[in-house]
Amino acid sequence: MSELVERGAAEIARDVNAKRVSAREIADAALARADAVDERVGAYLRVLYDIARETATRVDERVARGEKLPLAGVPFAVKDNMCLNGTRTTCASRILERWTAPYTATAVQRMLDAGCVPIGKSNLDEFAMGSSCENSALGVTRNPYDLGRVPGGSSGGSAAAVAAREAAIGMGSDTGGSIREPAAFCNLVGLKPTYGRVSRYGLIAFASSLDQIGPLARSVEDAALAYDAMAGHDPMDSTSIASEVEPTATALRNDLRGLRIGIVREFPLDPLGAEMKSAYEQAYRDLEALGASLVEVCLPTAEYGLATYYLIAPAECSANLARFDGVRYGSNVDAGDVGTMYERTRAAGFGPEVKRRILIGTYALSSGYYDAYYVRAQKARTLVARDFAKAFTSCDLIASPATSCPPFALGAKSDPYSMYLMDYYTIPMSLAGVPALSVPCGWAREGGRTLPLGLQLVAPHFAEALLLGAAHAYEGATKHAGTYAPSLVAASGVES
Amino acid sequence: MSAYEAVVGIECHVELKTRTKMFCGCTNAFGAEPNTQVCPVCLALPGALPVPNRVAIAQTLRAGVAFGADIPAFSKFDRKNYFYPDMPKNYQISQYDMPLVVGGEVRYWLEDGTTGSCPLERIHLEEDTGKSTHAGSGDGRIAGSAYSLVDFNRAGVPLMECVSAPALHGAAEAVAFLASLRRTLLELGVSDVKMEEGSLRCDANVSVRLVGTSQLGTKAEIKNMNSFRSVHRAIESEIDRQIALLEKGERVIQETRGWDEIHGVTHPMRSKEEAHDYRYFPDPDLVPLEISASDVERMRAELPELPWQRFERYTGRYDLGAKQATQLIDNPSLARYFDRVVELSRNPQQSTNFVLGELSRLANDTGTPVADSSIAPEALCELIALVEGKTINSKIAKELVERMWAGEGSPRAIVEREGLAQTSDPAAVDKIVEDVLARNADVVADYRNGKTSVAGYLVGQVMKASRGKADPQLVAELVKKRLGAS
Ligand SMILES: [Zn+2]
Repeated sequence: MSELVERGAAEIARDVNAKRVSAREIADAALARADAVDERVGAYLRVLYDIARETATRVDERVARGEKLPLAGVPFAVKDNMCLNGTRTTCASRILERWTAPYTATAVQRMLDAGCVPIGKSNLDEFAMGSSCENSALGVTRNPYDLGRVPGGSSGGSAAAVAAREAAIGMGSDTGGSIREPAAFCNLVGLKPTYGRVSRYGLIAFASSLDQIGPLARSVEDAALAYDAMAGHDPMDSTSIASEVEPTATALRNDLRGLRIGIVREFPLDPLGAEMKSAYEQAYRDLEALGASLVEVCLPTAEYGLATYYLIAPAECSANLARFDGVRYGSNVDAGDVGTMYERTRAAGFGPEVKRRILIGTYALSSGYYDAYYVRAQKARTLVARDFAKAFTSCDLIASPATSCPPFALGAKSDPYSMYLMDYYTIPMSLAGVPALSVPCGWAREGGRTLPLGLQLVAPHFAEALLLGAAHAYEGATKHAGTYAPSLVAASGVES
Repeated sequence: MSAYEAVVGIECHVELKTRTKMFCGCTNAFGAEPNTQVCPVCLALPGALPVPNRVAIAQTLRAGVAFGADIPAFSKFDRKNYFYPDMPKNYQISQYDMPLVVGGEVRYWLEDGTTGSCPLERIHLEEDTGKSTHAGSGDGRIAGSAYSLVDFNRAGVPLMECVSAPALHGAAEAVAFLASLRRTLLELGVSDVKMEEGSLRCDANVSVRLVGTSQLGTKAEIKNMNSFRSVHRAIESEIDRQIALLEKGERVIQETRGWDEIHGVTHPMRSKEEAHDYRYFPDPDLVPLEISASDVERMRAELPELPWQRFERYTGRYDLGAKQATQLIDNPSLARYFDRVVELSRNPQQSTNFVLGELSRLANDTGTPVADSSIAPEALCELIALVEGKTINSKIAKELVERMWAGEGSPRAIVEREGLAQTSDPAAVDKIVEDVLARNADVVADYRNGKTSVAGYLVGQVMKASRGKADPQLVAELVKKRLGAS
């Protein structure tokens, strides 16, 4: 393994800008790494050899012309629900298996503009619906820390790619935890920005009012650099926020002095088991040791988060996914009349979890049920947002576990509800639209393996600089990210 | 007199005349090659997002303000869910419970000049669908077709839906309502409102009830009407059908019926999916709209004179007939010309006579609009002044109009140059009368023998002898006087 693939985004950009290494060398190293390990990890649905090399060459040309690029030559993984012109963009679904995007998503374009080099399109739960990547119709992704376990989801491919050193940055999308949970499972920093901060244009929608693109990285600094590159107003997205983005990479801090960090009363640690409980208690003590004062905050409606989310997200998805009908693009199953064609195309094209959510959403919006389900869910959502607003009057940040368990074995969670519970700690923040991240916070031992855990930090709207700054202080003091590299072996100890 | 009265409500869809489509930057123009005015957004490619067209929103608000409606401070877009191949997203971005415009009224007039008004329930903004063509069936219908083609050029064109209250009583009122609505939107410049190009499409809800009752009867929704004439015929035919049913003791069923232009009847439309559940919900891709009261006030202040106001001015203040007023209103450049002439001449009657008479005839004959002709409003006023001052008579005036149209310039100059001024000096005219009577002794004799109708002939002879310049009224008087004296 070339040491080049161990380098983070900040270091790569520094060296490429200084012409100490070329973007092309970095790209070749990342591609070679993908060749070497991705058969085992399964992070990528497609490795973009030609595009990666061409893009890297262009980055080198730009650098040669004297341009200073914030992410010069940084290899990144693009979740396969984001359009990249000329590449297959599948959402890990049969229905889009052969669809080639004719345009590039704004956030992806911003990463390219900043000098990033796309290495591959990464796997995900079909249409980003899931928490383990197991709902992908097109491939299995494994957790680099234990190939017998899931990488988390839905941005599991991007997380696995970054953890396995097949990319320095992963682009993910988070609807109810789809960046934060895989970040926690793969020992990464994963940021879900404030809703509206990163353009959704070109992100294939799951639930429009919740979807938000964000970075996964092996360090807070890298995540901050990537966030700075991708964030900002986009006239192509009406929900994109016009106000100036506060740069985060230059606001990183090394202590938490003067910060009040809220510990959520409704998120007790006991149910997590002794080992996780002590890991999070240690994390809270570490925050305190960095100068933060811990205060108890209440999110009384957080317990309704899951139920609220599983009405709103499916309702939106039931309409968002209606366009996949076999008429204009995507797979198509022919039939004698258009109605039957729709039915057959969608029956064959969508996997069971996608169908389940379309059905739930259609039901929730149906006449006679709309008020009881959709309207009430929207009201509950307002209350959840109000809880956060209130909590942030008595604290600057909130800390909580990112997940309720360490990465679990492939196939371990077979019923949908236990999978839905995986997002218990992350959904309320999505409903409120506030920025949240997961930062590595220690280890759990399970089945003879050491498995990563994530600490979730949450900030008020638009306070990404504070959020990443605090995470940087925590990361610097605890150094969980660096202590233990992924083994790329299965729990049995035999390389699979 | 029928014991039944008809109740009609109109729903019309108006394509707005914007530069770009409702939610994307594609050109909004009729008649381009299929699927050339499309982009990821209006083709609903994965990942594409809508961005609302501010101009279309402003145009809808302006229409609302012109109809005297309320403009709520908040509005939003909703998704209307149903599958159809010409609707790329399989939902239409529309407005459900918070339309841009609430209430208002359309003031209209009938052919006989009677005016009326019909309340509007709402005006909302949505996006148009694409257009399907069914091939292989021979008649363009979906039944039996081998395949269908879809043109998405129209998909995403801004579409304003205006819904009237069920407050029109019969076909004539419905057509008058539509005509006034159309004229208003034309005046505002927000749409071409062409039924033949589909930029105005309308459906009619028709029911009948016994005169004197207030409860609405069961309605039928009539579709497929593609001209004002077919709207008129369809509504009349449907009213007759419903009355006939009731008189037979049968019931009207609530349904959608299509107008058959050829056979002149409505027939039930095959609708597979009865009672659509559109599952409306607020579109999460679009933020709620806030409408500022000051913007609405500015729109109100900047409204032009509206067609119904012009109708009242023409028929009221200027005493024009309904037909003349309508003729002017439907020809905006002529109306502007007319208004200028009235403004300068302060003589609505003569202005009407010339503008709608000789000038319009010449415009018809030559194909040059009056406003573009070589007769400036100022020149026409000069002519009107000559007529008013009895400097010339109407015959000469008519002649002058033709010469002015041909570019001969100022009527006063022609009159002076050619001595065309009317001869109104009684002595001079009487001299001519005397000569003519002398030359026509036999005719004078006929008159005195009781054949008084020959007086007209003699007047004509006098006019001829004066080369048309004598004041005709004076000639008639003097001829009579001389004939009377024996
Ligand atoms: Zn378009």
